[in-house]
Amino acid sequence: MMIKATINKIEVEVEEGTTILEAARIVGFKIPTLCYNPDLKPEGSCGICVVEVEGAPAMKRACMTRLERGWKVHTNTAKVRKARKEIVELILSNHEMDCLVCVKNQSCELQHVASLVGINTLTYPRIEKKWAVDTTSPSIIRDQNKCILCGRCIQICSNIQTVNALTLDQRGFNTQISDAFNEGMGNSVCVNCGQCTVYCPVGALYEKSHTDKVWEALNDPDKHVVVQEAPAVRAMLGEEFGMETGTLVSGKMHAALRRMKFDAVFDTNFTADLTILEEGTEVVGRIKANKNIPLITSCSPGWVKFLETFYPHLIHLASTAKSPQAMFGTLSKTYYAELKGIPPEKIVSVSIMPCTAKKFEAERPELRSSGYQDVDYVLTTREIARMMKEAGIDLREMPDEPADDPLGEYTGAATIFGATGGVMEAALRSAYFLITGRELENIDILAVRGMTGIKEMEINIDGLALKVAVAHGLGNARILLDKVSAQLANEGKSEYHIIEVMACPGGCVGGGGQPWGSDMARRARRNETLFAEDRSLPLRRSHQNPSITAIYEKFLGHPNSEKSHHLLHTHYFKRSPVDGKVVSE
Amino acid sequence: MNMVRNHVLISIDANTIIAGARAVEDALIKEIARQGLSQEIVVLETGSVGIEDQGVVLVVYPEGIYYTNITPAEVPELVEEHLLKGRVVHRLMLKETPKRFVITKEKTGLMKEQPRIVLKNCGFINPESIDEAIAADGYQAAAKALSSMKPDEIIAEVKHAGLTGRGGAAFPTGLKWEFASKVDNPVKYIVCNADEGEPGTFKDRLILEGDPHKLIESMIIGGYATGATKGFVYIRGEYELSIERLEKAIADARSYGLLGTNIFDSGFDFDITVMKGAGAYVCGEETALIESIEGKRGHPRNKPPYPITAGLWGKPTIVNNVETLSNIPEIILKGAENFKKYGTEKCSGTKVYTILGHVATPGLIETEMGTTLRDIIFEYGGGIKDGKRFKCALVGGAAGAFLGPDMLDVKMDFVNLREYAAALGSGAILVMDEDTDIVDMLKSVLHFFKHESCGHCVPCRLGTARLVELIDRIAASKGTSKDVEGLTRISETMKDTSFCPLGQSLILPVSSSLKYFKDEILARVQ
Repeated sequence: MMIKATINKIEVEVEEGTTILEAARIVGFKIPTLCYNPDLKPEGSCGICVVEVEGAPAMKRACMTRLERGWKVHTNTAKVRKARKEIVELILSNHEMDCLVCVKNQSCELQHVASLVGINTLTYPRIEKKWAVDTTSPSIIRDQNKCILCGRCIQICSNIQTVNALTLDQRGFNTQISDAFNEGMGNSVCVNCGQCTVYCPVGALYEKSHTDKVWEALNDPDKHVVVQEAPAVRAMLGEEFGMETGTLVSGKMHAALRRMKFDAVFDTNFTADLTILEEGTEVVGRIKANKNIPLITSCSPGWVKFLETFYPHLIHLASTAKSPQAMFGTLSKTYYAELKGIPPEKIVSVSIMPCTAKKFEAERPELRSSGYQDVDYVLTTREIARMMKEAGIDLREMPDEPADDPLGEYTGAATIFGATGGVMEAALRSAYFLITGRELENIDILAVRGMTGIKEMEINIDGLALKVAVAHGLGNARILLDKVSAQLANEGKSEYHIIEVMACPGGCVGGGGQPWGSDMARRARRNETLFAEDRSLPLRRSHQNPSITAIYEKFLGHPNSEKSHHLLHTHYFKRSPVDGKVVSE
Repeated sequence: MNMVRNHVLISIDANTIIAGARAVEDALIKEIARQGLSQEIVVLETGSVGIEDQGVVLVVYPEGIYYTNITPAEVPELVEEHLLKGRVVHRLMLKETPKRFVITKEKTGLMKEQPRIVLKNCGFINPESIDEAIAADGYQAAAKALSSMKPDEIIAEVKHAGLTGRGGAAFPTGLKWEFASKVDNPVKYIVCNADEGEPGTFKDRLILEGDPHKLIESMIIGGYATGATKGFVYIRGEYELSIERLEKAIADARSYGLLGTNIFDSGFDFDITVMKGAGAYVCGEETALIESIEGKRGHPRNKPPYPITAGLWGKPTIVNNVETLSNIPEIILKGAENFKKYGTEKCSGTKVYTILGHVATPGLIETEMGTTLRDIIFEYGGGIKDGKRFKCALVGGAAGAFLGPDMLDVKMDFVNLREYAAALGSGAILVMDEDTDIVDMLKSVLHFFKHESCGHCVPCRLGTARLVELIDRIAASKGTSKDVEGLTRISETMKDTSFCPLGQSLILPVSSSLKYFKDEILARVQ
């Protein structure tokens, strides 16, 4: 039902249930907000969006108050402006204002709102509240001195990801964001997905940076620094340089990295193709042996830790194939080192990921099959953008260049790894070939694409009805895994053969290492970018990649060979649901 | 048949227990036996008789003599003189018997000076005995309601009586029940808010300690009227004796078939669960209370939706205060018209107050709505202690207003006080004499709010912290007049923008103290 009301004397007609904030936007008024985020449930904690409603005793929060018939709303009265200013002043009185050296400088929502409401002096001296900065996590730094307690991180962690690593502790002025037993995020069930860092409006949650170490390596003449870039990075990096959402920058990214003096610019997409060969062969083997079905993908390190922590009884279902990042790390210090005659200890393997959990993955002690830590440093999209800017590189002005051989060539199947459903689509393209020896004709498998939380489809491969499911976001993964758990317990088997899970909503394009404020709507558009690149590439099936054929011929033998198993496969652990630590293998 | 000559009531409540009531009770029973009086003198436990801060309190009936500050050492003399020889021990008697204590149930019933509706049985019956409760009209209203009234008739009666919420918000109870009864949902809850956290308020505790069955009965009626079959009493965790007595009362009611299935053969099922609060003031706010019952952190919810439509676990939920509910049996039993005889035109019925601070006889009273502050302090409270002059009273707890001498003759009820930018609130009346330092007083109020702010919203979480900083500076004579202005500015912002009533109400103590005592406060700053 439509209702009529006025906002600042302008008549507005909206669907019943529309908030004042949304209604105001329709008639051209942007009410300032801070704790509000369109992807989350409004909590109304900050109070900056207050407005006056004629006849109401108190001001109302525009973000969570539904407009009602006949209301006369005023968003801009002297009283409202005074209140907003006062609230921002209160927040600033308790905020560590080291803006110039803050990681969030110029993309901070508090900074923005402070200028929006016209703060020009500080009314209050700062209230001293010093918290120790939490550096226990391999991926995420938590600095509560900047926290404004908007509650977004808790909401994304608890309601959307269902990890429940973060919670509120203490009360009133002493309230803080805490984790179990206040032992730090590194000693909690946190799976390092980093969604909290994407949604944090200020500089209270951010990635543990590896930029200094990478600069150091780049400037060390004794080191040979190689770099790989995950598929999702190319769909987003441009935005950090003012390019339109969803601009594809693969070529410019390669060129920029080359100009930053990386010794070899490869591409994670190459090992994404390799993953498909290993994982595809694995799933075909499992189906033939009717064992350990469904196969669950293991590319997403946040998801892997989630599985180990909350579904330890299902870890045998995870694909043993390493993630593309980890495969690349190993090959850079074995295959590539041999090929170039460079001692592996001189090779520094850097990855650029849309992901904070990849930092955790790189530090997993079992991922050292090259004899060294396979991946040395992991940079998020945000970090590499900062480094490029520091190097004086404007991505927009870069030429388009390909990645280097032999770890740089890729197919369209690899690039869609960055979108939810992409791994499944790539796997099906090759699995069809592996089972039947024929190529799948219609390779755009639309049923597994898109932002629906859980997607299912059945595909008939020579009489085998293969049922697959795709979940993105850990809350959706939990729903799917609960179903699988119950099926296995009750019927001894699951209806699914392959399950793809990505920890972050939207898949890797929505990763925790992507630029600040990466909202759900734009994640969908970035997915489209990757599908567009897929369509533009001459080869779109992983098993057709000539460099993949070459590596099997020259180095690995065949998929799932003994050498592959040694170098490209891994194993998982059971973890404690209390502190996330390894309990047993 | 034995004739019982005297009943000795001993007040067993949280305060008197600390003062040694159990030892006095033991000594009394032993001494009475030693004197061979066990057949004719009966010692009975009861809840608070309304006298606070006076140690162990005994009332001897039928004379209605109050003895205070009794220790086991005085017991032999008391028994020998009063109970054996019939001579009142003047030395131990309550010195000046204020008006409110001159009531004997037998003679006066609801006498004019202190009509007792809520506290009718408090201090008379043994709260741990369901039989005594039943003998004192307990469960009669429930029987009447369930066997001869339709739910909408009950609601109409409560509406007509004009009963409003006694927790502070004064929302019409009948209207709340009516809304709830009209929500179509097979599962509804009725919650009694007994999380009494307002400083200086202990009326709900004394009601629960003195007459827990009245609350159970009220909830049965409320459940029947609104269609709720499950009740929760959310009670402050520190109220150990209340919890103990209420739980016993619920168990006794169950064993008598007054709770459970098919109560009074009416086909109506109802039961009650007691939930303990963990000490957060904000959990007295109904939506935070609901969150807490659900096992979550006590944070207020946004309204709407109101609990009436989506409360506990998303189901329609009626939240009523202890005192509000305790009025229900009287309304059902004697009718709305009778109830309306008490109080003012806009606010019918009575109000239970706790009087404390610099008064001669602090304690618990129940008076008609519209009783003036002067009457409460000088008649019921026995006037200002030590012959000093009245300075002001903080009415309604920490979230209330300071009322000065000009307000002494204002008729106190929810509607009228609102016109004076004050609030009856919880009914706590903290009286201050002329020597009271208003800055210190305000300081303790503001510290309380900072301590109890839940931390959810910025205006309250940081506003209270700033206010404390300002008042500490003012109290230490290090402030400036700008700091005094800051008090008003911040509390006004809090009033306009705080998420829940906790932060919104702080303006009352701040603005009222400045209204009366601005000069005194300014004298403390440079």
